[in-house]
This record gives sequence, C-alpha cells and structure tokens, in this order.
Amino acid sequence: MQLAPFSRAEEQRFYLVAAMGGLVTAVGLLAALYMEHAGHVVTGMTNQVVWGMPHVFAIFLIVAASGVLNVASIGSVFGKKVYKKRAPLSGLLCLAMLTGGLFVLMLDLGRADRLIIAATHYNFTSVFAWNVFLYSGMFAIVAVYMWTLMERRMNGYSKPAGFAAFIWRLILTTGTGSIFGFLVARQAYNSAVLAPMFIIMSFAWGLAVFMIVQKTMFWWNSIELHPSVRTRMKNLLGVFVAAVLYFVIAYHMTNLYFAKQIAFERFILLDGGIFPLLLWGGYLLLGTVAPLILIYHPGLSARRGSVMLASLLVVLGAFCQLYVFIIGGQAFPLEIFPGMEVSSSFYDGQVEHYAPSLPEILLGFGGIAIAFLITAVGVRVLHFLPQDDLSQLEAAASISD
Amino acid sequence: MSHNKRRSFLVASAAGLGTVALGVAVAPGIRLIEVSHANPVRPAGQPASSAVRWGMLVDTTRCATGCDDCVKACAAENGINETVADKRQGAQWIRKIDIKEAKTGRQHSLPMMCQHCANPPCVDVCPTGASMKRADGIVLVDRHVCIGCRYCMMACPYKARSFVHQPLSGQNPEVPRGLGCVESCTLCVHRVDKGQQPACVESCTTAGHNALLFGDLNDPNSEISRRAAAAATSQIRADLKLNTGVRYQGI
Repeated sequence: MQLAPFSRAEEQRFYLVAAMGGLVTAVGLLAALYMEHAGHVVTGMTNQVVWGMPHVFAIFLIVAASGVLNVASIGSVFGKKVYKKRAPLSGLLCLAMLTGGLFVLMLDLGRADRLIIAATHYNFTSVFAWNVFLYSGMFAIVAVYMWTLMERRMNGYSKPAGFAAFIWRLILTTGTGSIFGFLVARQAYNSAVLAPMFIIMSFAWGLAVFMIVQKTMFWWNSIELHPSVRTRMKNLLGVFVAAVLYFVIAYHMTNLYFAKQIAFERFILLDGGIFPLLLWGGYLLLGTVAPLILIYHPGLSARRGSVMLASLLVVLGAFCQLYVFIIGGQAFPLEIFPGMEVSSSFYDGQVEHYAPSLPEILLGFGGIAIAFLITAVGVRVLHFLPQDDLSQLEAAASISD
Repeated sequence: MSHNKRRSFLVASAAGLGTVALGVAVAPGIRLIEVSHANPVRPAGQPASSAVRWGMLVDTTRCATGCDDCVKACAAENGINETVADKRQGAQWIRKIDIKEAKTGRQHSLPMMCQHCANPPCVDVCPTGASMKRADGIVLVDRHVCIGCRYCMMACPYKARSFVHQPLSGQNPEVPRGLGCVESCTLCVHRVDKGQQPACVESCTTAGHNALLFGDLNDPNSEISRRAAAAATSQIRADLKLNTGVRYQGI
C-alpha cells in the first residue's frame, strides 16, 4: 500500500500538533525548573509521602514503554505476521515512552543537576542502579532491533534482535516491579508478586497505548483498520486486562489472609477515602470491567470506537491503580511498633493526606508530551504506519499464522 | 611543728608539686584527653575502625512523656532551624514517639531516630552509594553524591530520614545540609570523632534524665555493653533482622 504524499493542509496540521506537543513539554520543563529552584516545598510531597504524582506518571510511562514493545515481540519472536507489520511503530513508541518516563523521573530528583553522578556512581545492591543499566540498555537494544526491522539488508537479524529485546523488556519490568517488591519495611510493597504483576500490567497498558496510537494514525491517514486485525488485537487486550485483574485479586487476597496486613487492606479497600474510590471506581469499574464489556460484548464490541474507548479506559484505570499503589502505599502509616497505638510530631500512626500540586502534574504531562512529540516526529519522518497486506487479509477467512 | 616534721612536710610538698609540674609539663595532652573525652578521639586522616561499633541504649523507663530535651539539643547541634510552612515537609532527625499498648493501655515515650543498622536497607537501595555505613557502624548520607531520589526514605522501616524541601541558611559548618538531599541522624559523628558524646545523649545526661547512653557495643567492658548484658533490651522491628545500633530498654 502506497501512501499519498502529504498535502499542504496536512503539513500545517502536523506542525500544529508538533507545536502543541512542544508547548506541553516546555511547560513541563518550566515546572521542573520551578521545583528545582524553590525546592520540593512547592509540591504536595512530604517526608511521609515521598513519591508523588511525578512517580505515577513516570512509572506508567516506563511500564507501558516495555509493554508496548510486546506488539513487536509477538511478531518477531512468536512469528505472527499481523504484529510484525506493527513492530517498527511498537519500537518507536517504546523509545518515546521510555524517554518520557525518564524525563519525569530524573527531573523530579531533589538534585536533578547531579545526573552525571547517577550515571557514574553505582551501588550494585540497589534496584534503582540496576534500572539505570536496564533503561539505557533498553534504548540500545530497541534501537538495534528497529534497525534490523527497517533496514532491508538487516531484516535477517530481526528475529534474534527481537528475542533479545523481548528478554530485556521482561527483565526491565521485573526491575521496575522490584523497586517496590524489595522494600521490606512497607505494608503495601515487599512482595515477590509485584515483579510478574508489573510485567502483566505492562502487557495491558502497552497494548492499550498502541491501540490508541494506531487508531489515531489510521484516522489521520483516513485508513480503516481491518476488522480481523481489530478483533485480534482487542481480544488480546481483553486477555491482558483480565490477567492484570487476576494478579490484583491474588495480591489483595494474600494480604487479606495475613492478620498483620488486614489494617492496610481495610484502608485500601474500604475506609481510605480517595484510595478505595480510585481502586473500585477508577481501576476496577472504569479501567477493567468497562473495557472488558466493550471488548467482549458482541453488540458493543462491534460498534465504532468501542476499542478506542476501551483502550483509553485501560489507561485511565492504570493511572488510578498506580495512584492507589504508590500514594496509598505511603499514606498508610508505617508500622514501626506493631500492635501499638503511636503518636508523634512526625505524624507516626497517622494517615497522610497528599494533594498533588500543579507543578507536579505539569511535569507528568510534560513526560507524556515528550513521548507524544517523539512519536509524532518519528511517524512523520520515517515509515512507521502499520501497513497491512489487505489482499492477504481478505483472502484468509480467518487469520492463522 | 618540729624541725624534722617541717622538713618532711616541705619535702613531701615539693615532691607533690614536682610531680604535678612534671605531669603538666611532660604529658599535658594525655591528661586532658583522659579527663574530658568519653570516647577515643579519631585523628583527622585516620579511617574509622570496624573494631568499634557505636551504639546507643535508650532506657524508656527514664524517658518522660513530653520531655524533648534530646530533640532540642539535636536541632541546635545540627542547625535544624528552618521555618517550614507545612510541617510535614520539615526535617526531623530525632523525634519523640508516644506508644500505647492497645489492649493493656501500658504507655511509653521514647526517642526515635536512625537506628544505625548493621544491615541498613537505606544503604542497600541507594543507587549512587550516597547512603553508606562507616566502618564503626554509623550510617550516613554523603551530601555530595545524594541525588535526592528518596528511595532510602521508602526503604527505611523507622521513617528516620528527611528530605530537605526548601533552601537552607544559617547552618552549622560541621554539619552541612542542603536542598534536595536526604538526611538523618549522624549520631553526631563530628562530635564522636572528637571524643564527645552525641548532643542528644549529652543533653539527656546533663538534665539528669540519664535515659540515653552512648558507647561502643563491640567493647564488652563499655558501660553500654555491660548494661545491655545485664538488662533485657530490644531492637525496634527486630523481625527485620537489621541488627540496629540503637537498643531500647523497658519496652
């Protein structure tokens, strides 16, 4: 399929979109500069909730970045042709979102000016230090992988490169989940299940982001996604969303079984204010049940825009889930004296109230804008648009690679 | 007084004076150190020794509810004097915690600070190695290497660390602090290296409370070791097996 050259109106639209992305990125940078200059006193973060909204955005972007690469992996590693057509876009989105996530994470540091120290001083017992290697390695491996995909002479190497990228991304998400899994002190974390849970979350979030971007690009180019491809991808999204739900249930059920965790679960599930609301309403109802209905209900799933809506809801649910996990996990008082009632000038024993400030939120959106900008420019200058072989798809009554 | 007696008195006095004079002249430094230093001085350039394990014993039976002499002394010593609009963003290196057994109502008051663990989670998780443990067991943050990621604060089971949320001024030159870095109790390392006690311990002792005792846990003859051997002491969150340098008596 050959695409028509860009029209003048289309050129203008692209520059408008790019300018919008650039503007939001610039606002994010300014917010970071303000936080850096005034200190974190201008954020809602405290000595009780030490990781806030920037971490919700950063972790979403990083986890989804590794997940969005799955589309490529299904093509290269598992040999599914429909997905192989989407591999370059999948790689581009991975790099773009990883950049956006690291942008937020790095600019939220108390001393972002010491980036060079983070790059030159390593403590190898730290999961964070491992992640510095995993993230930079991801850039290199995905870049090579994309080269093997997009340079015809290198196509023969795409399978081993894709396999390396697949293994690397699994390790990377294990590393991200382990940032929390290795925290021995806090009730919300300290669990080996977090590593595989983050992997499956990345599958769902990454595919949802891919579907949104794909749909937008097809709309831009006035192309309709082939129904068979649509059915296939939406069903896969449904499986991933259900799998995340399975892990969430397993995580909470385990906690509910341990007497020492019951108070924490009560807080997250029942009387923790915003957190149960976001978990039940945001994550479960809007982010899980509603997308599953949109995906699997025979009538609804056939409707135009239902998959796009389901994907957007999965992303919304992801943010709710991360907010509950990261902020809720810190808001619940750290148990220093189990079985005792405690009080102090440092708010021991008290539930912490966190209200994100505008600069934090703007920094987070700055990260999304960077990912958006990289994607928009990448799609503009190189051939990332998935181009299905329609005759092949039409010929096949059902697709079975 | 007879002649003989007077002579022997003069001889004895002269000998005594001579001894004192000799002592002052020959070894003034040694004598002064012996008198005024509770701990051995660590000369500049000499690394901290793993033969020593600095620790603290908190006798909660002597720690009064409402008394915060140790907190005030810490703040004065370490220059923690900033005004913070939102107190939740303020630094607290040491704080008093009131605890109450939910069932029995038995109450205690105790100071909580960095527990100077032998296996500190903050050191494990620090990406740059800014969180570190000195050979003598004191856990510190290297302010030149801390990037302010706050992962150590997530990892600490005692909420012992604070992040500096705003620019600071009027610092104690011996205790540098800085915006965007994480900090916690240093066990007054700058005083300990000079042979002095941590400020909190000194203030508690001076006030006559005697609830805090500082010393070398590796030396079986130190008072802290003898007290810990004689009475039941406990570590906070002993289940985590962090082997804390701060021990509590009476809880």
